[in-house]
Amino acid sequence: MSERPSWSAPAELAGLERRAWLVGGCGLAISVFGAFLNRAQFTQSYLVAWLLWTGIAFGCFAVMALHHLSGGAWGLMVRRVLESATRTIPILALLFVPVLIGLSDVYSWADPEAVAANEYLQQKTGYLNAGFYIARFAGYFLIVGGLAWLIRRRSLRQDETGDPMHSRRMQNLAGPSLGIYVLVATLASVDWIMSADPLWYSSLFGVYFVGGHAVSAFAFIIPVALWLREREPMSRALTDRHFHDYGKLLFAFVMLWGYFALSQLLIIWSGNLAEEVTWYVERTAGGWKTLSLLLALLHFALPFLMLLSRGLKRNARRLATIAILLLAMRWVDLYWQLGPTFHHDGFSLHWLDLTTVVGLGGIWLALFFKFLGQQPLLPIHDPDLEEALAGE
Amino acid sequence: MEPRRHVGLYGLMAEFDNSEQLIRASHEARAKGYRKLDAFTPYPIEEVSEALGHHGSKLPLIVLIGGILGALGGFGLQYWVSVIEYPLNVGGRPLNSWIAFIPVTFETTILLASLSAVLGMLALNGLPKPYHPVFNAERFALASRDRYFLCIETADPGFDRQGTESFVKGLDPGGVYEVEN
Repeated sequence: MSERPSWSAPAELAGLERRAWLVGGCGLAISVFGAFLNRAQFTQSYLVAWLLWTGIAFGCFAVMALHHLSGGAWGLMVRRVLESATRTIPILALLFVPVLIGLSDVYSWADPEAVAANEYLQQKTGYLNAGFYIARFAGYFLIVGGLAWLIRRRSLRQDETGDPMHSRRMQNLAGPSLGIYVLVATLASVDWIMSADPLWYSSLFGVYFVGGHAVSAFAFIIPVALWLREREPMSRALTDRHFHDYGKLLFAFVMLWGYFALSQLLIIWSGNLAEEVTWYVERTAGGWKTLSLLLALLHFALPFLMLLSRGLKRNARRLATIAILLLAMRWVDLYWQLGPTFHHDGFSLHWLDLTTVVGLGGIWLALFFKFLGQQPLLPIHDPDLEEALAGE
Repeated sequence: MEPRRHVGLYGLMAEFDNSEQLIRASHEARAKGYRKLDAFTPYPIEEVSEALGHHGSKLPLIVLIGGILGALGGFGLQYWVSVIEYPLNVGGRPLNSWIAFIPVTFETTILLASLSAVLGMLALNGLPKPYHPVFNAERFALASRDRYFLCIETADPGFDRQGTESFVKGLDPGGVYEVEN
């Protein structure tokens, strides 16, 4: 590699961004039209879609912190992907406004009539009320968005000055970031998902949510890395070895997600308490049972068996197929968590569920592509980059 | 039985100063048709295994079979105890309460998979091996420090005392040694 590429993004990225804006704009326009027909359904569908894309961004934040803590060539190769994904966090906060408008459509604790009719809900209003909910929401985004900004700023400054001191600073930030992220995500999981069924509780829910974020992040990184590898300049940097690493990490987090999912089921099933089992009773009745089985098979069993293979992990295209399946299953998982709470009468899927996820996804991806193109695709002055490119 | 042509000789060993030379030499020896040959390096070098034509080992398959047997055995044991041999009603739950069986099934899967990994590895590589002729070569101890060795065995059908020696010398080694049995 005698001549040094500038590592600037391929020109096709702008085309992707344009198409994403178009798809996202159309999807959101149709969804907003649907909101006038059925606001409750719109808010419910929108919340699930928002959770999917926010999960990717938050997951990328956690993986970015992990990369700065642990080092390794795998992280350097996608650091700019992770940084660009975390840059969307402030915008994701703004995109939550439609849920805030229809708060009582998704959270019964925000509906004065439902609260008046239920004494248990009245007891919980000290924590579960709109004002405090919004304050907590702002706190989560300020903390995670702020930490992401601090780390990203150092990384970009190092591109300009080449000062290795920034690497140490990023590492120092990464440790606390990871711990704080897990705490924030735990509280957020209670607010955003668990409180939709305000009488139900599970102490494992937070880590289950975190496990989902990690799967989302790697399921997103892998197809992006594949796209980059098939073009200049990243075709010179990304090798099978890196995809092998992403495959191993995806495999680990699929197992972690499965472990948390089973642990929660096992604990609640063993305890057999009336307040807790309702969650699973709803999800093992009628059409929801099929969805539960689908989740166990396609979010865990099939990817687990496929990812055992070393050959598959080193084959970027096949690995990306599994990753995209998992990305789809991330949405199924979130829908499985919230859908039965919204539709007690059995399985239901609305066209708004699809248009919101496509609409938000288009907007989110367009922003991601835009941010990705704004700096070199590799941290050009990172002290470890030379070694990583040499492949040792 | 035909008398052996190279009584007392195990093979010829060439010493190299760096891994690139060894990789090149391995490629050339393979291309020349030698199959019974082995390389010795201070640390694992993937390219050398490739150059020597080592294909994936059978170990992953052995571990997979071990894991599957562990899973079936662990689940089967619990099923047999709780459903067939000693059915016990625990809080009205079904006898085949598979959710509660999963942790033990997981553990037995890992147990048998890792045992088959260790035992399978030992069975395939023939360790422990108290005696191996390559250690008769005087400078071979450097293989665990900073030298790289390639050994062509007399057991190779293409081995020929003079021909192989001149071939090995042509690889530009730091030295060529006879390895006695």
